Amino acid sequence: MRVLVCVKRVPAPGARINITPDGLAVDTAYLAFTTSPHEECAVEEAVQLVERHGGESTVLTLGPAEADEQLRYAASIGVNKAVLLPIDSAEWDPQRTATAITTAIRTLEAADGPFDVILFGNESADAGNFQVGVRVAHALARPIVNGIKGIEVDGDSLKARRESDAGVEVYALTMPVVLGVKEGINLPRYPTLKGRLGSKKIEVGQVVPEAVLGGQQMVSLVQSAEQVSQTIMLGNGPEAAPAVVDLLEELGILK
Amino acid sequence: MTVLVVVEHDRGTLSPATLEALAAARTIDPVVHALTLGSAADILAGELAAHGAAVVHQVHHDLLSDFGPEAWGESVAQAVRALQPDSVLACGTDRGNEVLAQAAARLDLPFVANVISVDVADVWRVTRVRWGGSLLEACTLTAPTKLLTVSHHAFEASESPAAGTTASVTVDLDPVLARTVVAERVEREAGVTLATAPLVVGGGRAVGSAEAFAPLEELAGLLGGVVGCSRAVTNNGWRNHTDQVGQTGTRIAPDLYMACGISGAIQHWVGAMASKKILAINTDPEANMVTKADYAVIGDLHKVVPAITAEIRRRRG
Repeated sequence: MRVLVCVKRVPAPGARINITPDGLAVDTAYLAFTTSPHEECAVEEAVQLVERHGGESTVLTLGPAEADEQLRYAASIGVNKAVLLPIDSAEWDPQRTATAITTAIRTLEAADGPFDVILFGNESADAGNFQVGVRVAHALARPIVNGIKGIEVDGDSLKARRESDAGVEVYALTMPVVLGVKEGINLPRYPTLKGRLGSKKIEVGQVVPEAVLGGQQMVSLVQSAEQVSQTIMLGNGPEAAPAVVDLLEELGILK
Repeated sequence: MTVLVVVEHDRGTLSPATLEALAAARTIDPVVHALTLGSAADILAGELAAHGAAVVHQVHHDLLSDFGPEAWGESVAQAVRALQPDSVLACGTDRGNEVLAQAAARLDLPFVANVISVDVADVWRVTRVRWGGSLLEACTLTAPTKLLTVSHHAFEASESPAAGTTASVTVDLDPVLARTVVAERVEREAGVTLATAPLVVGGGRAVGSAEAFAPLEELAGLLGGVVGCSRAVTNNGWRNHTDQVGQTGTRIAPDLYMACGISGAIQHWVGAMASKKILAINTDPEANMVTKADYAVIGDLHKVVPAITAEIRRRRG
């Protein structure tokens, strides 16, 4: 089985996201970076699929040169190959990103054969455009279902599960497929020391992306209105318990 | 026709977010058209009319008897070609975003997800949410037909009676699209879920272990609530991801959220911010969760939570 997983490098913010003075980007001067959470699980799923069914996994990202870090992290937990689509900024608009990734997938498949499963995160943690995977799948004429929290492979077919308000929906698909994965599908492993060392040595392939601008263009980022709250202090330590229970009665929670 | 709203429903059960999308559409044009997919949705015409739909366009096709992202997206794309709206609005939900992304790919048009405001001009200026709502993005949208989803809770649903005349739209769907129609369903067991619970007792990294959640379970149980947790807790393997409150977990909206030993990072806050009231229990008075909460107790959750449980039992006799 050949599995491709597409990821995005995103900042790892704490309690507040600050914006650069020009209003065009998140101020990342004091932030670490990570793989967007849904995609972190997609990477783990790619590794597990290959562990269970054999084959090879590849991780791909469109991002700045520094996204090499996220590719090598994926390699450190067991992904076999890595490909960077280098760009000069933190991100491209979603249409342009999808076009570039589609072209890169065609190039990779022409060289090494088709991917049976292509995994995306359901949406990126930062931009949250909810569309790159769908656009890529459509361009490749392959089925895609988003929100996937469980994958079971049986020969050429595959069952994908997702949660809905009513319960669980199961989709029965035939490979090749594209899936948008959600956090919770698995618990990503931590890299071993051996994995970390090995990931430093892998060769990161490059496909230079080319695609025209899409119809959605960012003008600026704006801080959303901070929820201002006058916190009422109910007390310190266990002595505050009666005040808490008074509140539970007042709010009608304790009847 | 200027604005068309894609109605979200599950086998004829209306998603409440649709009514918000209708309210948003009325800010773009007072004459709103709605699009329902599948004959199960025909019964919704009256409710849609009450919320401002002047015309309800109905699509009937065997492939629309249950949800399928490709069949729905292709139907929206064909309806857009037939009806030529200036803009199409759908719900900023999992399904809404998925369907509009499908339609956008098929129409080769841009699609802006999770919008909170629209400034209609020669070039549309749209504000949308990033980071699950903790940051806003102003962007331009240039397209012959503008495709948008409306961020959940950004607009308030309200009644605004309109004619609700029904019309039929014919679609021609490739049978291959059956490949992504729901094949099987497992209904959720009845009971309180994290998303609907009136009380959530949340635990963070400071809880310390899977076993140490027992006092939180006990308190939640006494009050008819459920236990939630932060991403740090699931990453440590202490609780299942289904209990995770946050941007990549469940978004909760209880009457009261008791956040115990949770610092309140963006990831968690985004999932908790729709709570009506928040009580933070934390040793750090400067913690983000404490400063944003309505009420706080400064102290060790391991001592405070059992004391609250004991006090409830004492009062109940």
